Amino acid sequence: MVEYISDLMIPLAILAILLYGKRKKVNMYDTFAEGTKESFNTVLSVFPNLITMLIAIGIFRNSGLLDFIISLFSPLLKALHIPEEVLPLAIMRPISGSGSTAILSDILVNNHPDSLVGKMASTMMGSTETTFYVIALYLGSIGVKKHRYTLKASLIADLAGMVAAIAISYIMFA
Amino acid sequence: MINKIWFYMMAVSIVYGILNGNAKAITEGVIASSVQTVEMCITFIGVWALWLGLMEIVKKSGLITVLSNAMYPIIKRLFPDVPKGHPALGSISLNFTANMLGLGNAATPFGLRAMKELQEINEDKEVATDSMCMFLVINTSSIQLIPTTVIALRASLGSSEPTSIILSSLLATSVSTIIGVMAALVLRRKEAIRERKKNYG
Repeated sequence: MVEYISDLMIPLAILAILLYGKRKKVNMYDTFAEGTKESFNTVLSVFPNLITMLIAIGIFRNSGLLDFIISLFSPLLKALHIPEEVLPLAIMRPISGSGSTAILSDILVNNHPDSLVGKMASTMMGSTETTFYVIALYLGSIGVKKHRYTLKASLIADLAGMVAAIAISYIMFA
Repeated sequence: MINKIWFYMMAVSIVYGILNGNAKAITEGVIASSVQTVEMCITFIGVWALWLGLMEIVKKSGLITVLSNAMYPIIKRLFPDVPKGHPALGSISLNFTANMLGLGNAATPFGLRAMKELQEINEDKEVATDSMCMFLVINTSSIQLIPTTVIALRASLGSSEPTSIILSSLLATSVSTIIGVMAALVLRRKEAIRERKKNYG
């Protein structure tokens, strides 16, 4: 049932957007084509950070060091029923957007994207944003130096999101 | 910060790997990662084009404005110290709407504008106001309804059901946002109590 709803979402979203555009008398063909111009530039801007991080992660993973570090946390993760592969993502997610994209790609390549681990990692990725970056960017832009309780509340939110993502993934995909 | 992480990740890994006889694996890993990234990006360009094209239609047809007007009652409640009709409320709504639709690039300019406008009604320019804190907490908890980047990534890496995580992501991100708002309210109250104790206690 859930799968059915998920399957419907994208086609319905496309239809809804097209119908609304028609109502507003937008030239949809031209507008759509105009929008796609961004895709090359967007990927181009992402590429340097992505490949730089992925190469580091490739080395990290293949040297055996990642497995070693995970094994240190293994008993705790097992007790909590958390698959150990998602630990690096949970840590990296609030810190770096490109870093977490790289880790997620790494996880999806090494465990099929449709596996439990793959879906869990995907869910975790979308549950929260790059906390430190967003706060620094927005407060920095107006010269605010004291963030008061912003960081604490944001990190609590991130943690809640990660825990929820893990639990929800278990319920839905295990 | 990222510089340190990157350096140590690679340097320590290489030393560890060599000592554990994984030197060859490291070489293979470096090359494999490089090649894989390019393949990933190529698929990305395609899927992203689809989404950006649709979002351009959304932008042109004014759907963002409609949705952000619909949001006004909620925004009013979350940011009580912003006077009614202040432009910051509009920018906040636009930022939220753009984020919900996955238009990160459109959301950021609105967000920066919202911060500037909130700064106008800020008494102490170097200290964040309650509204600023709330705005940031909601933003960092992510309110994106459909995780388009993740879906594109899954599609490009061989998933046969890339959209299967939409519902789970939606639920998880809702939890993070709700908890974030609650945490912000609780921490705000605790801070106010502490301030009161300092002044009168």
